[in-house]
Order: sequence, then structure tokens, then C-alpha cells
Amino acid sequence: MMRRITPLLWLLFSAGGTVAALLFPVHLFLTGLAFPIGWLDAPSYESLHRLLAHPVIRLYLFVLISLPLFHWAHRFRYTLYDGLQLKHLTELIAVLCYGAALLGTAMTAYLLWTIP
Amino acid sequence: MSTEPHYTLYHPRWYRRRVSVWWWLQNRSYTAFVLRELTSVFVAFFAVVYLWQLRALAQGPEAYAQFLARLKTPRLLALDTVAFLFVLFHAITWFNLTPKAMVVRLRGKRVPDWAIVGLNYAAWFVLSGVVAFILLRGR
Amino acid sequence: MPSTVALAVTRYRPEEESEPTFQTYEVPFRKDWVILDALNHVKDNLDGSLSFRWSCRMGVCGSCGMKVNGTPKLTCATFLSDYLPGPIRVEPLDHFPVVRDLVVDLTDFMRKLKQVKPWIIRNEEKPLSEGEYLQTPDQVDMYKQFSMCINCMLCYSACPIYGLEPSFIGPAAIALAQRYNMDSRDQGAAERLKILSEHDGIWQCTFVGECTKVCPKHVDPAGAIQQYKLTAATHWVKALLLPGGTR
Repeated sequence: MMRRITPLLWLLFSAGGTVAALLFPVHLFLTGLAFPIGWLDAPSYESLHRLLAHPVIRLYLFVLISLPLFHWAHRFRYTLYDGLQLKHLTELIAVLCYGAALLGTAMTAYLLWTIP
Repeated sequence: MSTEPHYTLYHPRWYRRRVSVWWWLQNRSYTAFVLRELTSVFVAFFAVVYLWQLRALAQGPEAYAQFLARLKTPRLLALDTVAFLFVLFHAITWFNLTPKAMVVRLRGKRVPDWAIVGLNYAAWFVLSGVVAFILLRGR
Repeated sequence: MPSTVALAVTRYRPEEESEPTFQTYEVPFRKDWVILDALNHVKDNLDGSLSFRWSCRMGVCGSCGMKVNGTPKLTCATFLSDYLPGPIRVEPLDHFPVVRDLVVDLTDFMRKLKQVKPWIIRNEEKPLSEGEYLQTPDQVDMYKQFSMCINCMLCYSACPIYGLEPSFIGPAAIALAQRYNMDSRDQGAAERLKILSEHDGIWQCTFVGECTKVCPKHVDPAGAIQQYKLTAATHWVKALLLPGGTR
């Protein structure tokens, strides 16, 4: 089964890697460093909810979170397989990695669908 | 497999070498490659942080305030700094490798690598500006 | 400039030992000598039992690939002067079984090369009366880089994936498949897709990029593989969306 969808997994990896490369640096810088350290004021609860009112923003956030998760799943799976030579666990590793990505995607979709 | 060398006239015993589990420490390229691959862990970490933020926003203002407070703790600040450096490493290696994976041809001639890389960095710059503007504008 | 330099060479004599050892030879240092010259000096004057492959001594036949100080190189193109003061370690290429001393067995690669069908595949041959197949310079440019491969196997020695997963089809085989896929005279892309899109084909590659770094002819096999991943993935999507509609 995994073999037949390998091209899809690679496409998800590539898309996720591009999203992560183009967008994660600025998001991480702001949310992870600038806001907590205090260089810039963090956005308020209300202002973020104002942003979330737009469906486009919700779609953006879905792509922002889910695609990089699939990027991680694909890359990490091969890192474990090649780097640690865990060949005998290859099926388990694949299920755990892609399963985790699917779980994260599902949670993201649920939250973005249900936030008022 | 016996340890005695076995030699026949027409087929001597070949020596097969095993790859060590520390193969990636053998030279700088391999180590840089493994570090590059490990950036995916920090990419996933930040995706989870953003998911966490979404959940806090769903739960209400107190949950969001708690989320912001947690991000200020020294442990998470340290983790975020390391994650930021790895994500930067991912972005730079990703952009530099894009022209190898995607060959664009205009009127028969291949677009030079530096142009593709430049376009990537330009897009990065513009998109970062747009995101920062949207996030900071309505505060 | 020293007058001699030490060469630490792998020796493996299956009739005498079960594991390779190193043997050091003092060879004359000449500014214009390459490793191959030093090895030939050893064989001619110091130790006639040393075995190694070489042929053209000018970097076009691909026979003299070996590891010099841990890096796969063509020994006919690697100067002693770049490795002073020595000792210089000369070992057989990685990831292939060692037959004797510096000679490795390349049967695995030969088998994989044949699998990708590295020849022009036509649905129908043009009759001789219609003349030759014509190509514009731009059409040649599409595949020219990949056609420079001399099958020297330095890329297989450098590729950690090939070492960890011996069933991986490998950089040179994929680059050569691409050389024919991108050739306007060829019509065999679909046939090669079947072999290359298997699990041990292109999908094992994680773009380490070491193959491109060591290639002496600048073939860029890593680029060929990544480009082919995109082609194969696009083909997969098309097949999914238009069942029966793709070639």
C-alpha cells in the first residue's frame, strides 16, 4: 500500500517543505521569540479572533500546520530508516510517522472548523 | 560464514564491508545532511506549537493568556531559539537545492540556478513581510 | 618538496587472509605524478602483487576509481602534490565487494544499468531511406549533461543510501535513464518509469547530494534523480485524475 502512494507522500513532503521554508521563519520569529521576549507586543485574543473570521485565514492556517507535519513525517521516517538503520521496523515507523501527521491534520481541521 | 578465507581458482572469497551506524560522522557533508534532515523535527515542533495556539484560541482568553505565558518560560524560549536556527537552516538548504529539483526552461534555455534561488529568497522576503504585516496590524 | 611520499594501500589477498590490511610503500614524489602513477610505480618496482584497475589514464574510461584519503576519486586525475606530506591512504571503492586489493566487483551496477534500458527505445524505427533523426542544439542540451557519465562508480561509493540499502538502483543508473528519457529521439519513458518508480528506484534517494559532489564528469546525478521524482509524481497524479487517459 505504502509503495503505491509513495509519489503522493513525496509531493506532500515537497509542499510541506516549501511551506515550512517560506513561512515558518517569520512565524517562529514572531510567535516564538519577538512576542515572548517583548520586542513586539503579542496580538490580543480579540485581534486573532478577528483574523480567524476570514475563511481564507482558516485555510491558510490549515495549510501552514498540516503540510509541514507531512514534511516531517516523510523526512523523519527516512532519517530513522537510514540514520539509525532500523530496517526491521520500517512498517511500524511509517505508520507512526504518517499516523501522527494525519492526527495533527485532523485536529487542526477540527479546530479550524469549530472555532466560533 | 566461517572465518577461514576460502579461495578457489575461479572465485575467490570477496570481502563485503558493513556500513557502520556512525556512517554520517565520517565526513562533513554527511553530517550536514543528517542535520538538515533533523530540521524536520523542529519543523514539526513548531507546527505543534501553532496547533496548541489554535486550541488555546478555541478555549477562550484565559487559555490564550496561559499559552502566551508558557512561551515566555526560559525552557520554551531556549527551545524556540534552537528551533528557529534549525528552521532557518531548513529554509536556506531548501532554497539552495530547489534549482536542482526543478529545472525551468524558458524558450529552450535553462533558467540559471542563481535566478531560481533568487526568486525563492525574494518570495521568502515578500511573504514574510505580508505575514508580519497581517499579524502586527490589527493588534 | 620532499623526494618521496608514503602510500598506505589496502591489501586483501583472499587466499591468505580473511580481512583487508594496509601496506605502506614509499614512492618517489614527482610534481606531475598522480596516484595512478604512484600505484604503477609500486607494481613495476616495489611489489608486483598489487592489483588494481586502470586503462585510459586520462579520465574517460572510468576504470581507476578508488578512495583517496576517504574520498572517491579517479586516481588518474588525483595529484600526489595535493596530498602532501602524506601518508596517502588508497582504498577500494565503498559499497562494492572487494575481490582483491583495490579491485571491487561491479556486477550489481551492471545489472541495474541494464534494468533501466540505457538505449534509444522507439515504437517504430524510421526506415533508413528517411535519413537520420535530427536534433536542435536545445534538444541536445536537455540530456547532454547526463550523457557524460563514464560509469566510474564514484557516485555509488559516495552514496550512503546505496551502502545502507544495496537494492537501491543508484545514482548513475538513474542519471543514465534520464539521459535517454530526455532524449527527443527516445520513446521509452513509460517503460523506464515502471522500473524507476519501484520502491528501490528513485524513492529511496533522500537527496544527500554526495554523488554530484564526487562525480568527475559533472553529471549531477542528484539533480537527475530529483527532476525524475517530480516527473514520476506528476505522472502519478495524472494517472490518478485521468484513468486510462495517460500514455
